[in-house]
Amino acid sequence: MGNVLLQYLTVLILTAFVGTEIIAKVPSILHTPLMSGSNAIHGVILVGSMLILGGATTNLQEVLGFLAVILATLNVVGGFVVTDRMLEMFKPRAKPTAPTSDEVTT
Amino acid sequence: MSRETLIDLLYLFSATTFILALKGLGSPKHARRGNMVAAFGMLVAVVATFFKYVDGHGSYQGHSLHHVWLIVLAMFIGLIIAVPTARFVKMTAMPQLVAIFNGVGGGAASLVSLTEFIHVKSTHPATYVILEVLLGVLIGTVSFAGSAVAFAKLQELMTGRPVTYPGQQVINALVGLGAMALIITILVTASTSLLWILLALSFVLGVIFVLPIGGADVPVLISLLNAFTGLAVAASGFTLGSNLLIVAGVLVGASGILLTRLMSKAMGRSLSNVLFSAFGSVVTASGATTRDDGRSVRSGTPEDIGILLGFSSRVVIIPGYGLAVAQGQHVLRELAELLEAKGIEVFYAIHPVAGRMPGHMNVLLAEANVPYEQLLEMDEANSELATADVALVVGANDTVNPAATDDPSSPIYGMPIIHADLAENVVFLKRSMRPGFAGIENDLLYNPKTTLVFGDAKDTLTKMVAAVKAN
Repeated sequence: MGNVLLQYLTVLILTAFVGTEIIAKVPSILHTPLMSGSNAIHGVILVGSMLILGGATTNLQEVLGFLAVILATLNVVGGFVVTDRMLEMFKPRAKPTAPTSDEVTT
Repeated sequence: MSRETLIDLLYLFSATTFILALKGLGSPKHARRGNMVAAFGMLVAVVATFFKYVDGHGSYQGHSLHHVWLIVLAMFIGLIIAVPTARFVKMTAMPQLVAIFNGVGGGAASLVSLTEFIHVKSTHPATYVILEVLLGVLIGTVSFAGSAVAFAKLQELMTGRPVTYPGQQVINALVGLGAMALIITILVTASTSLLWILLALSFVLGVIFVLPIGGADVPVLISLLNAFTGLAVAASGFTLGSNLLIVAGVLVGASGILLTRLMSKAMGRSLSNVLFSAFGSVVTASGATTRDDGRSVRSGTPEDIGILLGFSSRVVIIPGYGLAVAQGQHVLRELAELLEAKGIEVFYAIHPVAGRMPGHMNVLLAEANVPYEQLLEMDEANSELATADVALVVGANDTVNPAATDDPSSPIYGMPIIHADLAENVVFLKRSMRPGFAGIENDLLYNPKTTLVFGDAKDTLTKMVAAVKAN
């Protein structure tokens, strides 16, 4: 039992460091999508909610599990769709004429 | 390879896609694909879970999922609510949408921890298992309730100003201590009924924690609540014994904490100051009546400014949330394009806390088709401003207030600002002389370089567009 806990703690610590390293590199113009995208990622609680409802043996557990699956689905689906919508808008400078015409500004 | 091993491998794959998605956010070019990769990873994890055995211990393999149709039904309900909401909400309403999706995640994490406790209680779980459950319930519920209040504030279902009452900090501290005491009691007694009380208390804690936080401080708050949900999910991961949940939860926790720190830094205030000081609650007192101490301002017409802009060679636009309120982003972009067509360099200087969530202003401008190369971060913007002919401030105020660097007695002293005053000319588009969110006079308005144009930002910008076209 203790070994299992240790293994989870190892995963936790390593992920914390990897996560911090990666996220520190996200430019500030993408901070809103970062928040919304990470929001979608914690929607993985859907997996936990499925296991809870799938293992439910009493009515109370079924009700709580059912609610959890609804909430988690909202989280996952809403999170990914909103993030996609935001990222879709980040476009590079449009070049309406010849591709060489951008020296006017740069 | 056994079925369980295969499922665990698929989970590992999902966890990897989440990390790749965050890595993709390192540049606007790869960000969208990264998000899709993560969505695919999530789908894989969900499908794999349908084949998982639950309740296995010892040599007993467990049974396959019960209530499969109930699970599918619940997912379907979630799906038909989430998709239209996420698709059709306006970009200005994005912060409250993110807040609510964050909140439901916290709620789900809390329910998972709670149900798992009821489930495993009969097996006399180890103390650390109970502790994980309690933390999951506490953090998840605080995040749920807090996000709900944040949503109400952003959606203007309630006042965006800090809600204060006498003895607030004492009451909040007492509720917090009460929750701690309850956690210790449950650790000893493993009582389910006390767990319900903890659930209720956490809910109250979430509400009263968010009430005193004002609208301008919401970027910090949302980041923090995001971190909370991540940590609640990680706690559920410990309880359920799922590395996937731990990895995902900790990634989100790390991102939330990092953003929280960045946002507080961008406001020049400590996190505890943001959370506990009810900043801006006195605004109504000083904000309603503008102090008239004899200083005069220079005001101009949109046409004057149009001409001024037309003769510049470098213009830096400093947008604030007021621009979004006036729905002026599109006209602003039109103006910028006109100026560029005349060979004038145009940049946008974005303060990190402009808007209602981290980086919000970038999204609003991106929606108006502003190319992201023109969006400058604060430091970059400040070096551009030194050689700019015009700094055009649209709907921003506190983020350009020189008091933040000059006046140690100012409440915003220490906040990094965009130095609009470095430019040759400063133009303010303002609705009135009223101070901004922080309720602080802005000396820049009285600077001899400064011209004010009063009126609705969108109307003014439209007139300026016409003036630039005419010249």
